[in-house]
Amino acid sequence: MIRTALLVAGKDLRIERRSRVLLWQVLPFGVMALVLSGLALGPNHAGNSSAGPGLFYLVMLLVALLMINRSQVIEGSSGTRTSIATLGLDPAGVFLGKALALALELWLTGVVVLAGSVLLLHTALVGSAEALPSVLVILAALAAAGTLYGALSGGGQGPATLLPVLSFPAFAPLLIAGERSYSDALHGGALWQWWVISLVALVVYLAIGILLYGVLEDS
Amino acid sequence: MSSSSRVVELRDAVVLVDGFPLLSGVTLELESGSLNVVTGANGAGKTSLLRLLGGLVALSSGSGVVSGVDLTTGDRRELRRRVGWLGHEGSFYDDLTATENLTFAAKALGRPLDEIGRVLERVGLSSRTKTPAKRLSAGQRRRLGLAWLLLRRPETWLLDEPYATLDDEGRTFFDELIGDVVKSGASVIVSAHDPLRSSALLPRTITLAGGRVVGDHS
Repeated sequence: MIRTALLVAGKDLRIERRSRVLLWQVLPFGVMALVLSGLALGPNHAGNSSAGPGLFYLVMLLVALLMINRSQVIEGSSGTRTSIATLGLDPAGVFLGKALALALELWLTGVVVLAGSVLLLHTALVGSAEALPSVLVILAALAAAGTLYGALSGGGQGPATLLPVLSFPAFAPLLIAGERSYSDALHGGALWQWWVISLVALVVYLAIGILLYGVLEDS
Repeated sequence: MSSSSRVVELRDAVVLVDGFPLLSGVTLELESGSLNVVTGANGAGKTSLLRLLGGLVALSSGSGVVSGVDLTTGDRRELRRRVGWLGHEGSFYDDLTATENLTFAAKALGRPLDEIGRVLERVGLSSRTKTPAKRLSAGQRRRLGLAWLLLRRPETWLLDEPYATLDDEGRTFFDELIGDVVKSGASVIVSAHDPLRSSALLPRTITLAGGRVVGDHS
């Protein structure tokens, strides 16, 4: 399973590096969405205010939806999917590999957007740095849930508009936990409870994905 | 003939997708190490039959054994490992080069990486090893698909419309390679609109219409 996961993650990351979609499309979109959100709220309400963490996770949600869809689209045509299916790869390994690659891409984007939030919206640097570990866990959970729901919504062959609707119940608790955790890091508060919720969510989504990804692929 | 010499045994095989019958009662026996061509009009069920034989769709009713795997009680994943699939669409990752695609397949299958150069040379793609698959011509892409199968060495080759968009040279190359594969003992099942042009191959031709076998000629 681990060997398959590393093989699939390496393949996904190689395709992403070759196509440069992350670099030239997703990252600029994330930064622009952050700036536009800040402009919409006005300089006095964004950044270090209570809106900062929410803006960060809103932008990351939009970015994640793009990248989840992209993660499924790179599996290619139905011919490619059929051909890959006959390789007999362990579906749990495929799920873990795709989730790992997506998590690495989300982490990279998250760090850039977090830096953008500090530089452009003047969100506190120290609080943002304290929030970083919880951000990474939340984004990993988003990647695990997103990989699962990406397959559930029909992968690259299904309508991309279905993904946000299907994944909302899974993403909403993650975004709430992430926003509260980031807010507590900025304004002082107990971080541990959000850490526990985030880690439990990550483990649950990974377990569900390992168990069900093969069924979703077959259907 | 003993069942062990047959690669395919189907009895009244029905495949339903969303309630629509793609195959509506196919009974068929194919010998191991044989070349078989499935013909028929669009929608006749050619691709559906190949997908059933590859464990890619479930049998809705009837019974069947393919490559020793029972389609009703067996592990379809195990069946998939025993077949190789080549469609008329791409069968690999467009953004990866020919070598990278084959490296992925070789690592997934536990094959030695030094076989990659040999199979690329066999299909005439030695000069295109570093070209992304999306920049290959239709014929070259089909050859890359063949290289993928040569690397896999499956017991059963399922080729779905492999001649589509190929020129005469490409068709001739395909026919020669299919002949070699059959001689090596593998079973080949090809779906095609028309019978094979090469008289040397002498395949068994099964004609489908409306998801049923309506013709069978050796």
